[in-house]
Amino acid sequence: MPLTRWWSVAYEVAGAPRVRGVDTDGDQWRQIGRDVAAAGGQLLALWVDTAAPGTEVYSAYLTDPGVLIARLALGAGAIDAGYPGLQDLFPAASRLQRAACDLSGVRSSDPDQRPWLDHRLPYEFVRVQGEGVHEIAVGPVHAGTIEPGHFRFSVVGEKVLRLEAHLGYVHKGLEQRFTELPLSAGHRLAARVSGDSAVAFSWAYCQALEGISGCPVPPRARRLRAVCLELERLANHLGDLGALGNDAGFAFGLMQFARLKELLLRAVRAAWGRRYLFDVIVPGGTAADVHAEAAQALARAVRAICAELAELRVIYEEHEGLCERFAGTGRLEPQLAARLGVLGLVGRASGQARDVRVDLPCAPYDEFPAIKVVRTEGDVAARVALRFEEAQESGRLLAALLAELPPGEHVAALTPPSADAFGVGLIEGWRGPTLVALRAGAGATVRRCHPHDPSWQAWPALEHAVLGNIVADFPLINKSFNLSYSGVDL
Amino acid sequence: MLKTLRKIVAVGIVSEPLPPSDALLRVRAALDRRVARLLGRALCIRHVDAGSCNGCELEIQALGNPYYNLEGGNIRFVASPRHADLLLVTGPVVRNMAAALRATYAATPAPKLVVALGDCGCDGGIFGAHGECLGPVARVIPVDVAVPGCPPDPVRILQGILTAIDSTSAQAAAEARDAP
Repeated sequence: MPLTRWWSVAYEVAGAPRVRGVDTDGDQWRQIGRDVAAAGGQLLALWVDTAAPGTEVYSAYLTDPGVLIARLALGAGAIDAGYPGLQDLFPAASRLQRAACDLSGVRSSDPDQRPWLDHRLPYEFVRVQGEGVHEIAVGPVHAGTIEPGHFRFSVVGEKVLRLEAHLGYVHKGLEQRFTELPLSAGHRLAARVSGDSAVAFSWAYCQALEGISGCPVPPRARRLRAVCLELERLANHLGDLGALGNDAGFAFGLMQFARLKELLLRAVRAAWGRRYLFDVIVPGGTAADVHAEAAQALARAVRAICAELAELRVIYEEHEGLCERFAGTGRLEPQLAARLGVLGLVGRASGQARDVRVDLPCAPYDEFPAIKVVRTEGDVAARVALRFEEAQESGRLLAALLAELPPGEHVAALTPPSADAFGVGLIEGWRGPTLVALRAGAGATVRRCHPHDPSWQAWPALEHAVLGNIVADFPLINKSFNLSYSGVDL
Repeated sequence: MLKTLRKIVAVGIVSEPLPPSDALLRVRAALDRRVARLLGRALCIRHVDAGSCNGCELEIQALGNPYYNLEGGNIRFVASPRHADLLLVTGPVVRNMAAALRATYAATPAPKLVVALGDCGCDGGIFGAHGECLGPVARVIPVDVAVPGCPPDPVRILQGILTAIDSTSAQAAAEARDAP
């Protein structure tokens, strides 16, 4: 049946706007996947819940009407048999299913059963054979200040024939840890799923929790949260733009953008008392308020940074050496991006026009509409241009959001939700749609919490984007994706 | 090109002086004056993420911006532990990184120093210690200086690094420990 029918029979799920759920059997589980794919929707997340009375498998889809969540309950006998895999419909499902299997022991029916997060077993890379083919193994400890992961290149001369990433090195047992914390403290752990997306994850967690608690978030707090989210986006884009210039040999870019990012962090500290907004989003609102004078000072700092950003964009675009390195490098064609289900910034640079702030806006984005930026070239140049444009858009939003903060409290009291209440938070972080699925336990505990970073969908796309490029361009292509390791290693 | 040069002139030099070392950050008084003289202030650092959320990495990267003038203080990050005098380790050490961390430590030539960074590196932080997380860096390799914070800001990180190579702070830490 068409997606609209599933949507009309689905029940409301608390938390983010326009989230609905459907309970399925094995056939319907696959059928929903087929119908979502036919309607142009994408797989958003997939997880297994063994804390339920029976084991349950969940898939969340991002579709035009909203987020559709399919739940498949496995009977006691069915747990060993597993559940129907979704890899043929959504390639991103493969690693999600393998990770879920490592965490829960529940298998999908898909053929690739290699472990993902569990490194105790040897990992078999796909081998490329032929005359002159050799392998380059990189990591887990990398040459720069970045997170650990292993990359296996199969190359002929300089040309990359295949790249296979093996991640999971910073697997911290996050999902287990969530269940050891009280519901009221989970946002702190959520903020540390991927530290560079602290606001996105902690907001998504709080959105889910506030949804199931029926807590109305004060208008001032909603506005302040959006300020935090756009500051996080701006800070990350500034950092990336500098690093991208540097990876193409333009150290001037690194120094200038690193300087602008530092200026932004200092302005953030002046307003919030901290450079990174780790524990600012709390259940019910924000941990601190920003007073009118501090808000105006922050707005002035952002305006000055965005003016310099525009100036630096001209320098980047007039620099022929940079333009040559960026253009055509690491291309991810829109058709392939759609097939792989790439979301967020990397997706938007390859024609995938989704932005949760615009498509499924939560407050205050309904009042302060963001402008979606999309490009179709899919190369490093497109991902650079997208960052420039999104950073300016964040600057515009910040000016509007900070202009006049609504009066009132910045945090509301939260009443604990009933045991088993289920909610979903969904926030467009700087990388893309950031999801937190939360099920409360008895006595204000966490029965199950699953955080999902959009890097899950983009990591496999990186392996395609480097094909045919030379090994020496990998750092540049990788930086243009700038995906999270910690966020997917859980 | 002209715009680039104009920008460089317009911005000028924004670098700030290095902060003083802080003996309170020292956990092991291993450094003697001979080693301090040997390293002087030309220090090579290898960063190892042993399980971090990537928050500390953001502040380590900030050390490279013109305000903190790391290289002006003769401190630089190197690409291999074999070139390093000091390992800067972030994160609670997780099971999947423990072997890589031990191997990195083994590959670093002696005399070597270790700075554990962030609340997680100091005591495991919010992640605690359970099956996947072994916890503090000191549980896996010897640590000289531990810098708390979530994340510690660049000035604190710099203080931690400078404390590690400051033999007077080593002596102060030893005396504080020996005092009744």
